[in-house]
Order: sequence, then structure tokens, then C-alpha cells
Amino acid sequence: MTSAVSFQKVSRHFGSVRAVDAVDLDIAPGEFFAMLGPSGSGKTTCLRLIAGFEQPTAGSISIFGERAEGVPPYRRNVNTVFQDYALFPHLNVLDNVAYGLMVKGVGKAERHKAAEEALSLVRLPGYGARRPGQLSGGQRQRVALARALVNQPKVLLLDEPLGALDLKLRENMQEELKSLQKALGITFVFVTHDQGEALSMADRVAVFNDGRIMQIGTPEDIYQRPRTRFVADFVGSSNVLPPDFVQRYSGQHRWGSLRPESIRVGRAASGEGVAARLVSTNYLGATTRLALDADGLKLHAVVPAGTVLPAEGEAVMLTFNREHLHLMDEPA
Amino acid sequence: MSVDVTMPRATAPAILPGSGGMRGALSDLFWRRPQLLLLLMLLPPVLWLGIVYIGSLFALLAQSFFSIDEYSGLINRQFTLKTYGDLLQAANLDIILRTVTMAALVTLASAIVAFPIAYYAARYARGRWKALFYLGVMLPLWSSYLVKIYAWKLILAKEGILTWLLAKLHLLWVLDAWLSLPVVGGNSLSVSFTGTFIVFVYVWLPFMILPVQAALERVPGNLVEASSDLGASPGQTFRNVLFPLALPGIVAGSIFTFSLTLGDYIIPQIIGTSRLFIGQAVYSQQGTAGNIPLAAAFTVVPIVIMGFYLWGARRMGAFDAL
Repeated sequence: MTSAVSFQKVSRHFGSVRAVDAVDLDIAPGEFFAMLGPSGSGKTTCLRLIAGFEQPTAGSISIFGERAEGVPPYRRNVNTVFQDYALFPHLNVLDNVAYGLMVKGVGKAERHKAAEEALSLVRLPGYGARRPGQLSGGQRQRVALARALVNQPKVLLLDEPLGALDLKLRENMQEELKSLQKALGITFVFVTHDQGEALSMADRVAVFNDGRIMQIGTPEDIYQRPRTRFVADFVGSSNVLPPDFVQRYSGQHRWGSLRPESIRVGRAASGEGVAARLVSTNYLGATTRLALDADGLKLHAVVPAGTVLPAEGEAVMLTFNREHLHLMDEPA
Repeated sequence: MSVDVTMPRATAPAILPGSGGMRGALSDLFWRRPQLLLLLMLLPPVLWLGIVYIGSLFALLAQSFFSIDEYSGLINRQFTLKTYGDLLQAANLDIILRTVTMAALVTLASAIVAFPIAYYAARYARGRWKALFYLGVMLPLWSSYLVKIYAWKLILAKEGILTWLLAKLHLLWVLDAWLSLPVVGGNSLSVSFTGTFIVFVYVWLPFMILPVQAALERVPGNLVEASSDLGASPGQTFRNVLFPLALPGIVAGSIFTFSLTLGDYIIPQIIGTSRLFIGQAVYSQQGTAGNIPLAAAFTVVPIVIMGFYLWGARRMGAFDAL
């Protein structure tokens, strides 16, 4: 099957900065694909390479089997939802949404009808006459989505589209985006630095760092079986365990990762385990996050709220299920 | 774990004493009553604008409703519309039409020349190049207006560098063909309307470049990308996004170029034909002819034209993107 988007050894260098460095990537048609990474990791540049705002320094990009190097953005059937929405301030909402059809020469009545339908799709019917400046952040976000979707793109690119929204709205939009993508069957490529967002929405996730892809896999793969220390730490801030420590429990001299929720915290001298000291507790509502110090090794544990805890500074005993200790590929 | 925090000195009071004296008292007063400070700051410029500036303008306008006694040359201080009747004579209408046409052409040409420069400065120039841009645009404004105009007279004269250059390029026939045209032509560029036009565009260009550049600077770069992303060719992006968003800047610039051309009397006197522009008419009416009422009536013309111009620009939506 042809990939929706395919990168072969794609690089994009800005002077001496390797924003994207020899990236291979295949995104399947109809997939909800997330690019996850810290800022400056190259994920947004990858998105811009698909949109056509950037051209690769080396390598080849194809979109549904067609080579895309040197093709300007306006000749790609790919649309973008920009991070700060980029709505045209001098046009009302309806003309913003109808813009893509207008430049393609679709008649006024027809394009306004299509724009009105797109606005209904994002649950903003009847907002056409307003100016972008009169809308809230969440509404602007929906208009930007409608403006892209009205063109029926082969691939929809979303650049941190939920970044500027508050928590409640962001959670709603995550669900909405997901169901919209299922209903439309369009390939979504989603850039985010929020690992929770990537894990909850995407079919597959690519974790970026320093212009390279560290790991591609399903959210479960990425979360449960990180391949490198970076992925373990960035996705869900796992405890990264040094090879000497791991050897004691698994017999193998490899880097390991242990999820904070896999660690149980008990009173000191209650059987065998890792002796540690409780450094501080951090109340998070549903859970409490504990900072621990096991003989110089800094660890984090997450326990359900209401757990009876020793006082800060006291000695504790840490236990965990051995099968939760994941061994990483990264060489020791 | 012990946390090391620098404690405030035990002796420090929670509320500091006033600094005392006039200044301390004034600072506290202005902090409590910010409107008072605003009033004090605005009073001098408002008085200046209100009395000296607007006041003298109204005094001038009032003059246009007086008339001149043709035999004694004295001003008859009684309300009359006779002066406006004189203004509408064919010869005076000619002057008005000539000036407005020139102002419109100068404005159009300034906008066309300014846009690419402003676009480059707003979108591409950074650091040293931006400084160079500002210097290049502002530098001509620092030198004397008269020196620049006389310099242009030399450039455009029959013996001037332009003629010499065109001769070297074997393009003199183009200049001759242009100068043989009616209205825009003449004996040489320095005594033709074309010359007047060139110098007007040169002198007022910075007043167009700067507001257009400011307007383009405010257009977020991702709007251009969004337009392209939605399938607009660069030409369509210019028409549908860049131009409408730069329009307030172009209108602001055109207010300068248009009104400055309407009122100028020095450039057409030094470079151009012997036919008058509004500014020259005002100059000769209030000077040589001593006809202050007609001079005043002439100055009303640019004000009325600018009023209509702004009204029209507003109706066309030029200020919608502000």
C-alpha cells in the first residue's frame, strides 16, 4: 500500500544546524500520527517539510506516492492547522473558511455553502459573519480546523493546535479531533510536545530528539517499552536506571526504565527492596508524586492519593515487580 | 532538609516612610491621582494645537468668506460667497484640476515604488541591512529640501547628467520622443510636468515607504504561509492577503504624499512649466496680488479634497485591518 507520507533519509539543515537529520518515516493512509518531542527537536520542521514551507536539504519526500521536492505549498493537497491559527484578520469567519475554495475559483454561493457545512462540522454553525478577533481561542481553533478541512485535504497537518487552550478545553478538543479523524478518514499528522496528548490521541507516535527520530511505535510501545533513555525520560518521565543497578535485578548489564507508578513505597526494614530516603512529596490531586533518593540514585514514584506516607526525610523501602523493569536497547 | 532562605532584616518596617519634601509629596499625589498627571502632561500640547494651530487655521478659513474691493484693494470684512465664486473661474479650476491630477499620480507612483522596498525591509532585512534601510530612507530627509530640488534641476536640465547618460546609452531618442508629447513634454525635463512629477515622487517617497513598511511588519508571516497552504499562488496571496493588510499603511502614506503635493509651491516653481499649482496660486494671491480672501479660499480646496479622500478610503474599507 502507498504511504500517505513517506520520508527517505530526509535532512533539513539551516547552516550548521541540523534541524532534521536523515529521517525515515512512513505514515499510513487514514492514520492519526503524532510527532512528539521537545522544542527544537525537528518535529515542526518535519511538518513544514510535508506542507512545503521548507524544502529538504537531502533525501526525498513523497505524498501518496508522488514526489514532493520542489513542489510549492499551493500545489500540495495538504492543509495545515497552524499553532496560532493564522486566521486572516481582515476577513470574516465564513470568508476565512471559504478562502481555499475562493482561490481555486469556486463560485461564491457554492463556497459559502461548503464553508457553512464545515463550520457545522466543527460545531460553530452561524458564526460566519463574525471577525476572528471576536472569537475565543477555542473557537478560533475550530475555525482554523474548518478552514483546512473544507478543502478535503489528503493529509491534515496540525502544529501544536491545542497548545494555547486551557486544560478543560484541550481535553474536549482531543476527543473531538479523534472522533472527527475517525469520521472523515483523513490522515492526520499532529505535532506536540505534550506526551499525554500524543499518547491519548495517536495511532502511532514518533519521538523526536535533536533532529532524529528516537522511536516510532504505538502509544503503548512508546510508553511501556522505550528503547532509549531519552524516550523513557521524555514520555511519562520514567525512572532511568543505570546498568549496574539493573544488573542486580535482571542479571543483564543494560540501561533500564521503571515507571513511577510501578514503584511501591513501604516502611524501612519491611523485608527486601531498595533502601531509599523520601526527599519530598508533591500533591497532584488524584495522585501524589514522591521524590526519592536511593543511595545517590534519584527516583520518582507516583502513589494514589490517600496513601499513608512516611514523613519527608525518613528512610523507606522501595519494591517493584521485576517484570515492570524494562530493559532498553541503548548500549550501556 | 533545611531550606536556606535569606530572611528580611528584622528591623525593616513593612511600610517605608515617604521620601519627604515636595518631590515625595508630588510623587505620592500623582500615584493616587493619575488623571492629574495626564492632565498636566496634555495641557501644553492641547493649548498649542487648539489655539495656535487650529485657531489660526480657522482664522484663515474665516478670511475666505470676506472679499476684496477691486478698486481700493482693501478687504471688506463682511460675510460673502463672492470669493468662492471667483475660485470657480475656469482658470482657477484648471489650477485645481492640475494639482489634484499631479497629487494623484505622485501618490500612485510613490505607492508602486515604495511597496517592494517596504516589503523587503519588513520581511527580509535584518540587523545591519535594516539599519541601512532606515538610513537610506531617512538620509534624504536630513538634507535641505531646496538643495535637493536644485540638485534635481541640474540632473534634469538639458545639459544635465541624465541627458548625458541617455546619450551614452544611445537612448536619447526615447527622451526626445517623450519630451515631444503634449502636456507631459517640454524643452527639457527640468521645465516639464514630467520633471515636476519625478521630483515630487523623489521628495515624498520616504513618507510612503515608512508607513507601508510599518503595516507590512505587523502582518504575521504565517498568514502568507496559511494563504499558500490553502492553495493561493503568490499573486493571489498578494491580492487577497498582503495588499488588504498593507492598505492602511498605503492609505496613511498616501495622505502624506497626496496632501504634501497638494500644498507644495516650491517644487513646481523651480522644476516645471509656468502653469500654476494650488500652492503657487496661494503664494501669489496672498503675496503679489494681496488677495488674502482668494488665497484662503484656495487653501480650503486641499482640506475639502482630503476630507473626501479619507471618507472614500474609509468606505472602501482601507481602515478595516487596523
